[in-house]
Amino acid sequence: MSAHSTSSPLKMYFAVWIALLAGTGLTVYAATLDLAPYNAAVALGIATIKATLVALFFMHVWHASEKLTKLVVIAALFFLLLLLGLTMSDYATRLWS
Amino acid sequence: MPDSTLVGLHHEEEHHPELLHHFADAEQQRDASSLGMWVFLATEVMFFGGLFCAYLIYRRWYFGDFAAASKTINMGLGATNTAVLICSSLTVVLAVWAAQTARRTLLIVSLVVTMLLGLAFLGIKGIEYTDKFEEHHVPGASFSFNNVPIPGRPGEYANPRHAQIFFSLYFVMTGLHALHMIIGLGVFTWLLYTAWKGRFTPEWHTPVEIGGLYWHFVDIVWIYLFPLLYLIDRHP
Repeated sequence: MSAHSTSSPLKMYFAVWIALLAGTGLTVYAATLDLAPYNAAVALGIATIKATLVALFFMHVWHASEKLTKLVVIAALFFLLLLLGLTMSDYATRLWS
Repeated sequence: MPDSTLVGLHHEEEHHPELLHHFADAEQQRDASSLGMWVFLATEVMFFGGLFCAYLIYRRWYFGDFAAASKTINMGLGATNTAVLICSSLTVVLAVWAAQTARRTLLIVSLVVTMLLGLAFLGIKGIEYTDKFEEHHVPGASFSFNNVPIPGRPGEYANPRHAQIFFSLYFVMTGLHALHMIIGLGVFTWLLYTAWKGRFTPEWHTPVEIGGLYWHFVDIVWIYLFPLLYLIDRHP
């Protein structure tokens, strides 16, 4: 990582910080609106954008020198989606009278 | 051959004192440490993932009860805590940058501010928990959640048993998150001590980097916990 420290990353860090604070404000504001079935989707969408910003820029996944790091991140997400996706597709397609 | 022994000794002395002998160079050692932390974080994703999965199942079943219970949590305190954690993530990247660029004072200040923000988070969490204890919203024998209307369904009241499931998930998920914060504060105490001794250099500051990775991960967990627990069906 120190290989490309010639240009200061401070501007990027502060820009990400502002974006994360704005996202927090936006998610609180969106929760007060009646978006019918889309409230949860909007809240999770904003949370995912914020989490992606933290991972890519604060945790340096974007500039990670190791491809293995990216592989571990993708594997973790894959198995999380497998857990949530398969479980919820089961529960969502059961008949509850 | 005495010559080769001398060369060997000289070679050893050139190494950075923190470079362990089974690594070829500092870069390889750093990558190995970082990868180890990422694998640990992958197991943490599955650890919290099970709880998120339980949350999603019950939220689908008892949506109205979950919305009613969620409305009793203080949204302002939750939003403030989100901002506090985001600011602490900024001070963590500043600490890593300070270690990379040999700025010892900035490193120490960043670590101290990060820890103060972490303590502020736990303090606000404590206020929130106190409210829940006083309102008898803590699952157990004294739990009480009677005549709480379900948002958007006039005349309907939340089932206390279902609301209790929400509060069980709320306390387990935020409690486990708070435990991670306390462990993070322990890690940062050691980082601060080591930084104070001046042992971190641009060549070797891996603990600051991987301690930072852990802190950011705990921040990401909170980024999801906040809307899921505090912001269910908040609109009037």
